[in-house]
Amino acid sequence: MHLTLEFGGGLELLLKSSTKVHKVEVPPKDGEGKVTMKGLLSWVKANLIKERPEMFVKGDSVRPGVLVLINDCDWELCGGLDAELEEKDVVVFISTLHGG
Amino acid sequence: MGSSVADGAKLQPSRAGSRLCVRCGERKAALKRPKTLEQICRECFYIVFEDEIHQTIVDNSLFKSGERVAIGASGGKDSTVLAYVLSELNRRHNYGLDLFLLSVDEGITGYRDDSLETVKRNEIQYGLPLKIVSYKDLYGWTMDDIVKAIGLKNNCTFCGVFRRQALDRGAALLKADKIVTGHNADDIAETVLLNILRGDIARLSRCTFITTGEDGPIPRCKPFKYTYEKEIVMYAYFKKLDYFSTECIYSPNAYRGFAREFIKDLERMRPRAILDIIKSGENFRISTTTKMPEQGTCERCGYISSQRLCKACVLLDGLNRGLPKLGIGRTKAGDGKEHAKHSERSTSSLQGKHGNFDF
Repeated sequence: MHLTLEFGGGLELLLKSSTKVHKVEVPPKDGEGKVTMKGLLSWVKANLIKERPEMFVKGDSVRPGVLVLINDCDWELCGGLDAELEEKDVVVFISTLHGG
Repeated sequence: MGSSVADGAKLQPSRAGSRLCVRCGERKAALKRPKTLEQICRECFYIVFEDEIHQTIVDNSLFKSGERVAIGASGGKDSTVLAYVLSELNRRHNYGLDLFLLSVDEGITGYRDDSLETVKRNEIQYGLPLKIVSYKDLYGWTMDDIVKAIGLKNNCTFCGVFRRQALDRGAALLKADKIVTGHNADDIAETVLLNILRGDIARLSRCTFITTGEDGPIPRCKPFKYTYEKEIVMYAYFKKLDYFSTECIYSPNAYRGFAREFIKDLERMRPRAILDIIKSGENFRISTTTKMPEQGTCERCGYISSQRLCKACVLLDGLNRGLPKLGIGRTKAGDGKEHAKHSERSTSSLQGKHGNFDF
């Protein structure tokens, strides 16, 4: 599944290549043909994160204080971890944990 | 924030989870408000976000027409949104304020120099004049120099004490009547907890005040006292405001980090927790038998101080005499007489490590 991921608020510094926007191909889980947010998070952790994964994930979700938007909509309104992604979705992760 | 890719996404058909805004009932909801758990659209969010800040400003009489107001600007999310919203509200509601940006250059290569570039862009974007005051000019030392002299332990104490004074001195230099800072509800809840954990009664009683220092030359206020960090970041994201987000290279500040994480965990379970902690902080009654430090002025520089010399002068003394531990914690280094007296009278309110926040 083709997805566009965007990292902000300092999260981009944790990635292998510290650019903000990443166009990626995420394989659906076990022939179900679906990618959930939960699946995406573990894929990101395994494939994009280079250092300090604890700044990004905690348990099987994002670390509290990291905001997630799916197609510019707060993921809390889309089902959170269970939200099912669709082809060409744009998922944005923003850390709020830096000073202001 | 480079989010141009996100724009095309709105054309997609709405998924099962998408719902309508509870306020207008027309547009697709874009976020869930932590304060009220309402789902609202982007346009209604802008309206309620700005209106609540306006209401906070009015209800607490934060400003008077004609005042010259310094916005403490670090280039980070909170102060960037504050500068943007305050200049909007000033125009929209005719506050009659003369606003400008005031930044402190601590002299941290690779951190503050980059964030100051953001503030310089904000100066142009928002049409607000900018004044930068530096530790080097005020104290003769940059944070880079200080870390070279004292190492990575306690450096946040220096930075916190120096920054607070630097903002005040910069504001005085520019004849400001008031300073506003971007401290948000999450920051204040965190500070309430920290002050409890440290037993710092003096700070506990004043850290929830929306305005402080009214008896001093330049009062400070926090228009974002009731504004959730999540909403500030969402606002900056949707409005594509230009802000800087990198952790200070010298600041692990683990203790505050734990408190922050705890608050964020609570927020996930029950977002109201943040406002409730602030409310608890506001309603503490300090027993009349608790001895509070008396406010006076520093003999050397005239800054407000509960001691003979203010904390910045004590720290600076240590640096200049090659005894940088002077004034840190309970150490009685340096000249015995003056310092023994200092230590006896010191209350915890003058000793903790205060990290990046000035309360």
